[in-house]
Amino acid sequence: MPVVLALVTGLVFGAGLTVSQMVDPAKVLAFLDIAGIARGTWDPSLAFVMGGALAVTAPAYYVAQRRGQAALGPLFIPPRRRLDKRLAVGAVMFGIGWGLVGFCPGPAVSALGFGATKAIVFFAAMLGGMAVYEAIAAPRGPGLTAADIAV
Amino acid sequence: MSNFTPLSALAGGALIGLAAAIYILGLGRVAGVSGILGSLLRPRSGDAPAQFAFVAGLIAAPLLMGAAGAPLPPISVDASLPAVIVGGVLVGYGTRLGGGCTSGHGVCGIARFSTRSLAATALFMAAGAAVVFVARHVIGG
Repeated sequence: MPVVLALVTGLVFGAGLTVSQMVDPAKVLAFLDIAGIARGTWDPSLAFVMGGALAVTAPAYYVAQRRGQAALGPLFIPPRRRLDKRLAVGAVMFGIGWGLVGFCPGPAVSALGFGATKAIVFFAAMLGGMAVYEAIAAPRGPGLTAADIAV
Repeated sequence: MSNFTPLSALAGGALIGLAAAIYILGLGRVAGVSGILGSLLRPRSGDAPAQFAFVAGLIAAPLLMGAAGAPLPPISVDASLPAVIVGGVLVGYGTRLGGGCTSGHGVCGIARFSTRSLAATALFMAAGAAVVFVARHVIGG
């Protein structure tokens, strides 16, 4: 059952990335290119994608947290913690890579099926970066694992 | 406003939001793509079958839509091959170090009003915009 639900989730997520055209790096970069605001070429679509998503996700998180558990088991919501250097450095590194190419992780996965060589190379490099993180920077020891921290 | 597509953006966004809602209400998990991919790289994860299914769904969705006759957007990667590799490594490492990406922080985290996620989203958007500005208007301009 969890596997079926996860598959459905992935399909709906991938459909959303496709319908919104967020699988296209050029579309994402047209949002990040804020100089386009003055030139009349800015594409604010990505903000509308986030707005549309939050309008559905925020009520769902409210309900989930009130119920205190999910339909198929306990809730795994990351604990509230303070801002730290790892978060800031990680977010900036991610943003630099995102701005260089226009792919973030979700679209990079959904773009695989399109068969574009650069999309496949990006995905492989991204997994490589994640593997390097696991090898040198992931928290060790019992208790909090990287999966608990991942938001 | 050259290619602004507000309706398909809102509709696609709502689908992404629906997916995140199904994941938290059904499985109790945050639908963060970088977190899910990262977990799959780690041994002894009991969630691996569900996580693989999620990733399979992400890949299959556009293929099924295309097979059903829906119009598919282009995948236009203008970055050079070295930039694609450097960008991929930075996205992979950075999202794991920062504990999330556009889905985990940008959608799920902000949906529960997490300060960390708001800060992360502001930072990766600012960094992305800065890189695009330099690449297009300083170096490329």
